[in-house]
Amino acid sequence: MRLVLFISIVILTGTAGDLAVSHAMKQIGHVSPITPSAIFRFLAQAFQMVWLWIGIALMATGFFSLLALLSWADVSFVVPATALSYVSGALGAKFLLNEHVAPARWAGVLLVCLGVALISMS
Amino acid sequence: MSLKRLRILRLRPDGLALRAKTYLLLALMVLFGSLGNVLLSRGMKETGEILDFSPRALEDAFVKVFMNGSIWFGISSLLIFFVSYLLLLSWADYSYVQPASAIGYAFVAVLGYFMLGEFISLTRWTGVALICAGVALVGRTDPSPSGRG
Repeated sequence: MRLVLFISIVILTGTAGDLAVSHAMKQIGHVSPITPSAIFRFLAQAFQMVWLWIGIALMATGFFSLLALLSWADVSFVVPATALSYVSGALGAKFLLNEHVAPARWAGVLLVCLGVALISMS
Repeated sequence: MSLKRLRILRLRPDGLALRAKTYLLLALMVLFGSLGNVLLSRGMKETGEILDFSPRALEDAFVKVFMNGSIWFGISSLLIFFVSYLLLLSWADYSYVQPASAIGYAFVAVLGYFMLGEFISLTRWTGVALICAGVALVGRTDPSPSGRG
């Protein structure tokens, strides 16, 4: 039960964090070409965005939950189990970020989920 | 690389060059993300299980965790992972990046097997294979269909 609770916290905060960060990066736009100076300019711009910090705060919550979890559970069980976030991630991308999720992508997400279910069963 | 080829790459930033860039950053993400997780796991196991959740005990556990070398190498790896991730999301869709980076789970299983000596059953290996098939499907879609590339 403690395991289910911790994994749920890791998944929900992680997905919300990823979506917030992705939203911020979409506003910056394509970094090209990738040179050291372009990376520094990009990071300077990125760390001024409110959505990035909201994302980082959510990710940090997920990260420390994961640290606590990894102190008593197997990494080759915990890490695959958190892959359930692929479903929440794809749904969030479609409905919150308005991305076009092609059928091949949905199929890929489904296969990833089946893989995760198998990993979690053992 | 010939001048002609370079010109082709520049003329088609949304084609071959974009895919090459996308794959390169995905590879960095997977490598440093997996390495980071394995190092953190090793560090936390060296630290010991957290059983007491009182503020005092959590404070002691926190200090112990951040005195551990594996933890710091893990955090450094995850920082490289995060910068690659941010760069990639500046042009690629989240619904592409997230499933495509699932290939990392195969690496985590292999690293857990070799570095931590964890047992991985046939069922888990099958799961890893399905994840790889899913990643292959997602990898065939355009990284940036919304035209931001």
